[in-house]
Amino acid sequence: MKILVGYKRVVDYNVRIQVKPDGTGVVTDGVKLSANPFDDIALEEALRLREKGVAEEVIVVGIGPADLTAHLRNGLAMGANRAIHVVTTDAVQPLTAARIFQKLIDKEQPGLVILGKQAIDDDANQTGQMLAALWDRPQATFASKVEIADGKVTVTREVDAGLEVIEADLPAVITTDLRLNEPRFIKLPDIMKAKSKPIDTIEFASMGVEANDHLKTTHYAAPAKRSKGVMVKDAAELVAALKQKGLL
Amino acid sequence: MSDREIMEYDVVVVGAGPSGLAFAIRLKQLQPETSVCVIEKASTIGAQILSGAVIEPQPLDALLPGWRDNPPPICVPATEDEFWLLSKTGGRKLPVPPGMNNHGNFIVSLGAMCAWLAPQAEALGVDVFPGFAAADTVYNEDGSVAGVRIGDMGVAKDGSHKAGYTQGIDIKAKVTVLAEGARGSLTKQLIKRFELDKDSDPQGYSIGIKELWQLPPGRVQPGKIVHSFGWPADSHTYGGSFLYHLDKDRIALGYVSGLDYSDPDYQPWEAFQQWKNHPSVKSLLEGGSILSAGARAIVTGGYQSLPKVEMPGALLIGDTAGLLNVPKIKGTHQAIKSGMLAAEHLVANQLNPAGFDAKLRASDVMAELKSVRNIKPAFKKGLWVGMLNAAWETVLRGASPWTLKNKADWSSLHKLGECEEPKRDYVQPRELPPRDRLAGVYFAATEHDEDQPIHLHVADTNVCVTQCAVEYGNPCTRFCPAGVYEIVSDDAGKRLQINAANCVHCKTCDIKDPYQIINWVTPEGGSGPNYQNL
Repeated sequence: MKILVGYKRVVDYNVRIQVKPDGTGVVTDGVKLSANPFDDIALEEALRLREKGVAEEVIVVGIGPADLTAHLRNGLAMGANRAIHVVTTDAVQPLTAARIFQKLIDKEQPGLVILGKQAIDDDANQTGQMLAALWDRPQATFASKVEIADGKVTVTREVDAGLEVIEADLPAVITTDLRLNEPRFIKLPDIMKAKSKPIDTIEFASMGVEANDHLKTTHYAAPAKRSKGVMVKDAAELVAALKQKGLL
Repeated sequence: MSDREIMEYDVVVVGAGPSGLAFAIRLKQLQPETSVCVIEKASTIGAQILSGAVIEPQPLDALLPGWRDNPPPICVPATEDEFWLLSKTGGRKLPVPPGMNNHGNFIVSLGAMCAWLAPQAEALGVDVFPGFAAADTVYNEDGSVAGVRIGDMGVAKDGSHKAGYTQGIDIKAKVTVLAEGARGSLTKQLIKRFELDKDSDPQGYSIGIKELWQLPPGRVQPGKIVHSFGWPADSHTYGGSFLYHLDKDRIALGYVSGLDYSDPDYQPWEAFQQWKNHPSVKSLLEGGSILSAGARAIVTGGYQSLPKVEMPGALLIGDTAGLLNVPKIKGTHQAIKSGMLAAEHLVANQLNPAGFDAKLRASDVMAELKSVRNIKPAFKKGLWVGMLNAAWETVLRGASPWTLKNKADWSSLHKLGECEEPKRDYVQPRELPPRDRLAGVYFAATEHDEDQPIHLHVADTNVCVTQCAVEYGNPCTRFCPAGVYEIVSDDAGKRLQINAANCVHCKTCDIKDPYQIINWVTPEGGSGPNYQNL
């Protein structure tokens, strides 16, 4: 079985996000970029399934500009067998991403697609669900445990009421939650090995995928600054201040 | 352990700063078949580099002809220099000292510049590995340096192995090049082991604290460079500021305090904030916002403190050797030059470090240090003696027949009550951000997995609450720019608490602790500050 893993590059979770002064986006110059944490979890799960002998091949998929190669090499260093790089300089919305995956599924015929439940940049949480609909296959979202046996996948999901266990026929789409696993550290020798692993490059324009952007970004703005607090001496002064504001 | 994985290279470089990357680039230019890798503890190249920085471009011209057509992302030509003596509320503009004339120089972000250099090294075949800390050195049977050991990943605070534990590998090489920057943790071990400093004065340091601000449009004059001395430093504390006007309404500013200060109550971070609140600076910053902030020790011992820079199997370049020019407050050009020189030496000598020390000392890198060797030490005698001496030494270009001595920074602290110390009046309440050191750490985006061994080793914490509390009043709680050290009281009494996760890897504690019982070691690779454009 092949497993296809979505591997998106985002602004690192440690970075303090700054809005560009002209409001056209967030600052990415000189900013650390890394793998979407949920995608690292997706890749880790795929690697574990391969190590258990359930899958033979793990393929990481990235969509983005030419310099995305270095990011995909990280996925290969973590252990993926090969990578597919869909080259585009445009921002890709969830439906377009799902359509790209659908095309790749046609070509690769994977038994399982594992995606992060959402990316930490746009927090859309849509691609996995859209892909399952387009592909007309089962979806198991927010997985915190995955087991595969006899052509079926059993997924434990984190839901409001607790844990829900569902079973789906393969092939299927799984999206990962935070507690599914803890991704491994990359080892230096594996970085060297990753250099010789194949990355297939596909121009987005050549895929015949309609880039249907339903959403238009008008502008970005930082949250309004909290106004300064007032220091009061004691409880009496606090009560007086609250009364003055009509809050008591 | 015998099953530890090993990778072999001709040369391993520790640290992807300007010296390490310049070295690797030069080596590959001269001898492409030599295999070389660069290990960097930061999660990404440049994320733990902090400098002013105004750089002299000549070494870059020599290393990468044509770089001016493809400059680093922040690279603003210097336009005008100003040099101020500040008083608490005003100041006087002085003639710019010759060493501080920046005509022809560039204001850069050194972090961004390193991130720009690294791909150029990779294009020449250098393997650059960010996110891996060289935790230790390994040796051959004959005692020579054999390479470095990468720190283990996934070790819990108590030393046990977590689920993802990954043993660090050894990188073995014919030559190990230490390019760790000021007070490198491996360099410190090697200097001791090979007695590299037996013929030199103790090394000296300063601490530089820096912020990058975004200002309202129209205030910044790109290329303008303003340095000041005087307030808030008293005349016995070596301190000064820098203000560099970048492009896109950004401004880099910082305050440098000599770590040879004597007042145990001195707080370098507070002095920086105090300077920011000087009317001339505050009016510039008001209404702006901080983009990034951090701190880093600077090496200032210069000529007389330079240790031997070679040992069997290894050599030192850049700031870890100690090549910064203090009056110019620049080390990048020296770092790049020493890196290139080391590469040229190794190529000419079949990768044998022997002879590099002599070569460096005969080079213009050392001539530059020699000419300014007496300037910084004289400031120990106070600001005015220092200034007069600086003028004298500048006129003579260092031809004085004497060389002033350096003393170790940790030895300069007065004991509490030993001398009357100046009243500091650190600013309260604060109108400009950050509110306090912890708020400052937020702008450094520093990150350490809390469940890992503390990377600040204090040999005997009893000293802290008994001897040090009485003698110096625990200066670690004040000199650390990130609030790592705290004395807390609980049922068992007072004890030292080390908030290692806040550490910005500046190395000040390792340098200034008066008992020399703090040892800074590398945390898990990839931990630490994530500076943006510092």
